[in-house]
Amino acid sequence: MFDPAQAHDTGVAITTSAPGMITLRGALEDTAFKAAVEEVSGLTVPEPREIVQSGEHRLAWMGPDEALLILPRDALCDTLAALETALKGHHALVADMSDARRLFHLTGPDAALRDTLARLCPVDMRAFQLGEIRRTRLAQIAAAFWMGEEGRLNLICFRSVAQYAEDLLSDAAGKGVVLH
Amino acid sequence: MLILTCPCCGVSGEETEFHGGGEAHLTREGPGADDAALEGYLFHRENPRGVHFERWRHVYGCGKWFHAARDTATLEVFGVYPAQTTSPPEDLLAVIREKRPGWTWRGLS
Repeated sequence: MFDPAQAHDTGVAITTSAPGMITLRGALEDTAFKAAVEEVSGLTVPEPREIVQSGEHRLAWMGPDEALLILPRDALCDTLAALETALKGHHALVADMSDARRLFHLTGPDAALRDTLARLCPVDMRAFQLGEIRRTRLAQIAAAFWMGEEGRLNLICFRSVAQYAEDLLSDAAGKGVVLH
Repeated sequence: MLILTCPCCGVSGEETEFHGGGEAHLTREGPGADDAALEGYLFHRENPRGVHFERWRHVYGCGKWFHAARDTATLEVFGVYPAQTTSPPEDLLAVIREKRPGWTWRGLS
């Protein structure tokens, strides 16, 4: 049986976590919308394809009108309510997506992590920067990933396909794997 | 391989990260249009060998639609431009004239 906590022979270990995730839709370049989000989250609204972090809170740019706030579960309800209040009157949407998505953490040597993703995604992993978030295709499913620091890669996908993603990642994390 | 750069998020990705949305700049004919106009809207396409203008969606990325001009034979992409327009920008047309002298596509050349 596959044990996600066990390191592969390439030194890559895969774990999961279940933080709170809030999807924000609205005009990210709008100053009033920005100010409201920044006040509640305590984070600067990121530039395109950027993810910013402060403590346990992360804010990711997901599209010209979409951002994702990742935060501890125990702060979820209060933050949702605060965002709803702060964005009242704006053309915006605040949605709790915590249970719709799964978050994977891959830890290990930097090169092995990049190789693992390079086997599954049409992304040039040599050019992938720290602090960049990339939404892309992971084999047959949609996913997004980022590296906040060397040696740790985070990946989110829909919960309904989480088992598939876990199988893919654990296959691809092994040594000398060639996936078709 | 067809490599497109999404003008909405700036990602350069290969074809499988995107989804083609067919020919660009169609005039939507609705109720009240005559039969010939509706037939043209539904069925008549340029389908060229060479310069083509298309709609694409960055389906696995930011999810946005955009336009792309490319060569269907060589897969060379001449440029991408926003979805919110009814005709290609003039500077892109100049690039295509430079690279493919004598090209035509509907009323454009």
